[in-house]
Parts: sequence; C-alpha cells; structure tokens
Amino acid sequence: MHPILETKDLRHVYSAGTPFEHTALDGVSLSIFPGEFLGIIGHTGSGKSTLIQHLNALLRPTSGQVLLGGEDIWKDKHFTRQARFRVGLVFQYPEYQLFEETVAKDIAFGPKNMGLQPEEIDRRVREAAGFAGLPEALLDKSPFDLSGGQKRRVAIAGVIAMEPEVLILDEPTAGLDPAGRESILDNLRRFQQAKNAAIVMVSHSMEEVAANAGRLIVMDEGRVFADGAPAEVFARAEALQQIGLAVPQVTAVFLRLRAMGLSLPPVYTVEQARRAILAAKEARPC
Amino acid sequence: MLKDITLGQFFPGSTIVHRLDPRTKLVLLVGYIVALFTARWFVTYGLVLAFLLLAVGLSRIPPKTLLRSMKPLLIVIVITGLLNLFYTSGQVLVQFWIFRITREGIVAAALMILRITMLVCGTFLLTYTTSPIALTDGLELLLGPLKRLHVPVHELSMMMCIALRFIPTLMEETDKIISAQKARGADFETGNLLRRAKAMLPILVPLFISAFRRADELATAMECRCYHGGEGRTRLRQPRFLLHDFLALGLGAALVAAVAILRTMGL
Repeated sequence: MHPILETKDLRHVYSAGTPFEHTALDGVSLSIFPGEFLGIIGHTGSGKSTLIQHLNALLRPTSGQVLLGGEDIWKDKHFTRQARFRVGLVFQYPEYQLFEETVAKDIAFGPKNMGLQPEEIDRRVREAAGFAGLPEALLDKSPFDLSGGQKRRVAIAGVIAMEPEVLILDEPTAGLDPAGRESILDNLRRFQQAKNAAIVMVSHSMEEVAANAGRLIVMDEGRVFADGAPAEVFARAEALQQIGLAVPQVTAVFLRLRAMGLSLPPVYTVEQARRAILAAKEARPC
Repeated sequence: MLKDITLGQFFPGSTIVHRLDPRTKLVLLVGYIVALFTARWFVTYGLVLAFLLLAVGLSRIPPKTLLRSMKPLLIVIVITGLLNLFYTSGQVLVQFWIFRITREGIVAAALMILRITMLVCGTFLLTYTTSPIALTDGLELLLGPLKRLHVPVHELSMMMCIALRFIPTLMEETDKIISAQKARGADFETGNLLRRAKAMLPILVPLFISAFRRADELATAMECRCYHGGEGRTRLRQPRFLLHDFLALGLGAALVAAVAILRTMGL
C-alpha cells in the first residue's frame, strides 16, 4: 500500500543564526498510510508539534521533504493550499479559535474556504457535526454559549468538515473528563472508519494511545526514537523510561510479574491484561 | 514571524547594567536622550555614541540582538534618511529630474539615521536589562511626588507592568490562532483591502475573547491574593541607591554637560 503522507529526512531549525537557534527536527522520515490510526508520543519539546505543522504545510522545512500522495507539498502555491484541506490539523485546545456567530457558520469556515457550493457545505456541516457528536439543535447556537467540551467538538467538526484524508489532532482530549475523552475518541474512530481517513493523534497519555493506535511513533530530541505496533514499542520499556516516557501502567505491572517468573504475554491495555490473567488462571487452576 | 518583535523583552543577567537601580537607569535614559537631541556635529554625536557603546558593552547584550530589534522601524528610518537627503539645501553634488543631493543633505541624513538608531538602541537597552517589575517599580518611585496631585501613579505603573508582561503572551496566542485558521484554509494574502480586512476577523475575534478571558482570570487571581491597590503596600525588594548608581549618574551628568558645552562651540 502506498503511503498517503511521507516525510523524508525532515529538518527544522528555529531562529537560525541567532543565539536562540534551536533544532526542533533532525532528520525525521516516516510514512502515514490511508485508514490507519497512528499515535505520536514524546516528551515536551521532542518536536511533536513542529512535526505535525510540517505535515499540512504550515511550517516550511529547513531541509527535507513532505510528500502528499507522492508529490512535494511545497511543489506550487496551489498544491500547498490544497494540502491544507487534504491534511486536516486540529491544534491543542482548539476551542479558543472559534469566532463565528453560530456553530454551523464556524464549522462551515473550512468548506467555504475550499470554494464549495452552499448545498455541499450544508451537507458537510451536518455530517461533520454528527461525526463530532454534536446534536443538531446546537447548530444555530452561538459557539460561545456552549460548554468547554462542546466547543472542542465544534472545533474538531470544523476540521472534519473539510473531509481530510489525514486528520491530525494535537492532544484532542487534554483537559476533558474521562467520559468526554472516551466519547471523543469513539467519534474519531467512527469518522476514520466511515471515510477510510488516516488519523494521527499526538498524546501524552500512554494508556490512550495504547488503546487506540494501531501504530506508534515515539519522538525524542527531534528524531524518531521508535516506530512500530504498540506491542513492539512497549516491549522496549526500559529504553522508553530512559528518554523520560513511561509505558502504560498495566504494561509496567505485567513486566514486573514476568520478572518475578510468571509466564504472561506482554500487554498494553487493561482488556488484554484481563484476558491474559483469565487465560493464565485457566491453564493453571489453583 | 511575530517572534522577531522583541519589544519589552527582558534578557536576565547579572552585569552592572542589570544591577543598576531602575531609577538610575530611567534618569540616565532621559539624560541620554537629552544629550542625543542636543548633539549637533560629529564630536558630540561621538560622545553620546561612546556612552551607548560603553553601556551595551557592559550589559553583554549582543549588538546583533539590539540591531535586530530595529527591523520593524526600518521603514521609518529609511524614509527619514531619504527626506533629509533630498530636502536639505546647500552645496549641490548631484542633480537629476526633481531630485537634488547636497553635501549638507548627506551629512544631515547620516546624522539623523544615527540619531534614530541610537535613540531606539538606548531605549531597548533599558527594557532588555530591566525586568518589567523593576522598571515599573522605578517609574512609580520616580513619579511618587505626583501622588500629591492625586495622579494614580501606582495604578498606572501596575497597568504598564501588566501590559508589558502580556505582550509576549499575546504574540504567541496570535501566532497560534493564525496557524489554526490557516489550517482551515484562511487566506490572508490575496484579495483587495476590504477582503483582507475581513480575513482578519477570524484572528481578531478569538484574540479579543482570549484577552478578556485572561484579564478576567488575572483580576480574580489578584483579588484572591487580596490586592487592593497601592495604599500601604510594601515591596519585596526595596530599591536602594548604591555606589555604582552614583557613579553612573555622575557619568550621565558629565555627558549631558559635555555635550551642551561642546554644542555651543559648534562641534
């Protein structure tokens, strides 16, 4: 399968030639495939945010390339603009970017900029609101009258309405209660399956990426530290701890149990752990 | 892009320039500006420039950083230079079409550019080496006598302090909002003036809302800590004049006097 989005030896240097010079990305090469759920984790300052802003051409690489469907994202002005619609980016705390009088108008901002017909815009607004879990009754309200969680859903719907092939979200669940987190992640998965879109989620929470992502990329000091299925990545628990990241709590517990001599498979979600323990119990009834 | 603007930025340090009492620095800056505008010819300019270079050297602020802060003012400087170059009468050197360059014009333009550059550098040096809190404390103490005339000195300096403090925060916020709207395909570069002004709305509305939100939060936080204005308020750091303050003030007074005397001699 061909990757939809690729980076090749991406480098980005902030304030080059000043005392504040800082290399945020140092040779990042990775691929994103259609329909996958990719988690990006890393410490604060590891280059995650800089990386995702390259993926939809908000930042221009100091050197290296970003390829969208095999073509350089900076090929020409028109393509760069198209790339911003094809690769949707939801920033951290996106609820602070709402500005329109009504929820529907705010969600329509992206599609309108794409130059779509009014009927198509209307269809997309309704559909995106549905994917983001917003009841239709809210569409005519002012976004400023909504609760924090609802505002965030409006902002996410505003990006979904562009029907991007790749949807990137920077900590979409930060500051939400557990129920709100689960519900937003659920909505994202539904969008991913309905449109076969790739989802890239940046997160601090190991539990969250472990439970949702099919593939994980770990960033450290501007480089890709690890890239693989969650099981492979979390198998390197010690290496992760050395760069200041923790494995999911349940994985840590199982690692300790294995170290004590119990024969258990490596797990990274609570559900897997439950099944593994039940299986172990069945094999050795006590 | 917006990060290049370093207005009101403070570079922490422990050099003698950093350690001077903020009142000393404010008075010195006023003296420096007076000297700069009194200066007339190369000798007097040279004296003021030497004073500036001494201060910059002692402060260890890289001259490059100081010069970079001139960037936003480049247009003003260029226009002032050109006006002086073309509109000063005297001995004509070059003449073409309606333009006429005189010897006096070249000198006047050079000195005027030098004057603006030095003015900006001197002012920036103050904010680069003085924390906003020290700066506003100093200002409040200097303007203290005005309290008798019922001028709300403390409130004004507190407002100034808050404003300075929030410039970088709001810059960062603006950058973030611009990026977010660009990600939704907002276009700020094409179209006529009206379209471009309209394109600013998606930035301005969230920015204003967030500024008000921040103001609200700050007011609540201040009230939670029982802030109620300047009456009876004490300071953690009591500023005190030390030997180096008197020396610096002496040097400043000498500069102003020297420039004033040399000016009467036409230098």
